[in-house]
Amino acid sequence: MGKTIIEVKNLKKDFYLEEITVHALRGINLDIKEGEFVAIMGTSGSGKSTMLNILGCLDKPTSGSYLLDGVSMGELSRNELAALRNNKLGFVFQSYNLLPRTTALENVELPLFYNSKVKPKERKERAIEALEAVGLADRMFHMPNQMSGGQQQRVAIARSLVNDPVVILADEATGNLDTRTSYEIMALLQDLNSKGKTIVFVTHEPDIARFTTRQVVFRDGLIIKEEMVTNRLNAIELLNALPVEESI
Amino acid sequence: MNYTNTIKISVNALKRNKFRSFLTMLGIIIGVASVIVMLAIGQGSKKSIRDQMSSMGTNLIMVMPASQQRGGVMLGNSSAQNMTLNDITAIEKECPAISAVSPEVRSSGQAVVGNSNWPTSVYGVNNRYFSIRKYTIKSGRSFTDNEIQTYAKVCLVGQTIVEKLFEGKTDVIGQTVRFKGIPLMIIGVLSEKGENGMGQDQDDLIIAPFTTVQKRILAITYIQSIFASAVSEEKNNDAIDQVTTSLRKTHKLKDGVTDDFQVRSQAEMVQTFSSISDVLTILLGAIAGISLLVGGIGIMNIMYVSVTERTREIGLRLSVGGRATDIMMQFLIESILLSVLGGIIGISLGVAATSVAASLMNWPTVIMPASVVMSFLVCSAIGIFFGWYPARKASNLNPIDALRYE
Ligand SMILES: Nc1ncnc2c1ncn2[C@@H]1O[C@H](COP(=O)(O)OP(=O)(O)OP(=O)(O)O)[C@@H](O)[C@H]1O
Ligand SMILES: [Mg+2]
Repeated sequence: MGKTIIEVKNLKKDFYLEEITVHALRGINLDIKEGEFVAIMGTSGSGKSTMLNILGCLDKPTSGSYLLDGVSMGELSRNELAALRNNKLGFVFQSYNLLPRTTALENVELPLFYNSKVKPKERKERAIEALEAVGLADRMFHMPNQMSGGQQQRVAIARSLVNDPVVILADEATGNLDTRTSYEIMALLQDLNSKGKTIVFVTHEPDIARFTTRQVVFRDGLIIKEEMVTNRLNAIELLNALPVEESI
Repeated sequence: MNYTNTIKISVNALKRNKFRSFLTMLGIIIGVASVIVMLAIGQGSKKSIRDQMSSMGTNLIMVMPASQQRGGVMLGNSSAQNMTLNDITAIEKECPAISAVSPEVRSSGQAVVGNSNWPTSVYGVNNRYFSIRKYTIKSGRSFTDNEIQTYAKVCLVGQTIVEKLFEGKTDVIGQTVRFKGIPLMIIGVLSEKGENGMGQDQDDLIIAPFTTVQKRILAITYIQSIFASAVSEEKNNDAIDQVTTSLRKTHKLKDGVTDDFQVRSQAEMVQTFSSISDVLTILLGAIAGISLLVGGIGIMNIMYVSVTERTREIGLRLSVGGRATDIMMQFLIESILLSVLGGIIGISLGVAATSVAASLMNWPTVIMPASVVMSFLVCSAIGIFFGWYPARKASNLNPIDALRYE
């Protein structure tokens, strides 16, 4: 495994509320290497989402340093951060966050609109490619409200892929989905990971974490445990093993 | 990020929210259209009053007896009998600012031709009267000095008389109209003049030599009023002063005694009436202003209500790499497109409604370019500001805060 892509040192994040200050992250040190598939685990409120949002440059840390691909995030301007989100990072949200009343294709195209190097023709081609990669080529012109949760999440993953990012960050990407659909999403992510994409994946479900290569466990804003996944599960195999009609 | 991309994003966003776009536009449309219509009506009535008053002559000077009292009893204006032909002669001689002057004596009653009759007025005047009151003779002639001196039984008639008593026949010259038993031979027909600013039919009249009306119809020797023309509108005030001085002299009024007559100019009356219609315009303008306000509040409302959804959209756009400037640009273009489109529709609607009001209800209307420009600018400014300002605020948030906004 190659170079270190994410390098976090003594990262802290405080939220200042009216009366109290919430110390969401209290000194995180974390290195992630290229090609890793890292699961961030922990109880509710332990700071997982806060961490991921900072990794995704959606939020700023209160203190500490964060190097992405050798570049220090603390020194970048808002516009430079935007450019970074655009071409180095892909974010997948628990609640999908697709534009309503907008086709799957246009939703996937969205990041490319903010990439001036991509011409309209190429934009469409790449969006179609990404949708094919998540197995939704036949749903290209469907609106979010015409798709299931799993399908919407796959559109969101296609959107995070389309700019060919260095890292994909997913926050409880399977949180709203049933077992089968979760496995489908994990199979998709494992496939992307096997092709070399670095993935950071927040979840609080231990069996979902077993699809990854490394687990990092948070509690009260600190990392309390870090371990490699020993007997890693293969999502495709599990999916095939599932009964065809799950009857609940 | 290039402009075609931003424009495409904006157009897509508008299409995605057709109903909201429509409602925003509706505010602008109603605001712009109502301002245009209201001001067009206000301005139109002002102009028509002005036009009609000026058609009566802006250099017209009128002299009427002042109200008098005898033994404490108010006798009213017209009962005074203090003006005579001497006044006319004096004005002709002594007032260089007056170019023409005519006496007027008037009698109302039924005019009869064969079996038909019609209530009208006979005006006794001299032959300067036509130019003073802007009457033109369509056919026939005016009366001669000889006819005035001999109380000749001749007259000129207006179009309404021709219609009512001769069923619109064209060859009425030489025919006779009886008025209070006096047969008057028609020697001329006046061109049509229409209504004046106060809605009076200016064609419903018979004009005869003043001597004829004084001696044969009314049996009086005084004259009821004097009509004169100032040499120009600018000389109106000089003319009034000169006439006043001249009349005080002929009436032998000592210093300190109030005038027993009053001199008025048409220009003054035009001013009075246009200030009345100014009030009307201000009133309509206020109504228009209120509709503009309501339209503006409508626009703000729609924009404000959609802020939550749009803030999330902005969060998402930021999170996939949109820069704050890209997003502000998008919202600015969206608002400009809506405002311009709404403005154009509003202007067309306002102009159309104005011409409908003009033709269907016969209202005089004048569309003022200033009202078009102003209403358009105000609505666009509101639309653009309230489209752009929340977007500016949202796009300066951390992406995650915008995404979580509720
Ligand atoms: N915007 C915010 N303002 C104030 N406090 C916040 C904010 N976001 C998170 N917190 C606080 O920070 C702490 C960590 O929250 P975080 O969302 O990272 O937890 P989490 O591990 O993702 O939990 P969950 O598994 O429930 O999603 C919590 O105590 C939370 O209340
Ligand atoms: Mg969370």
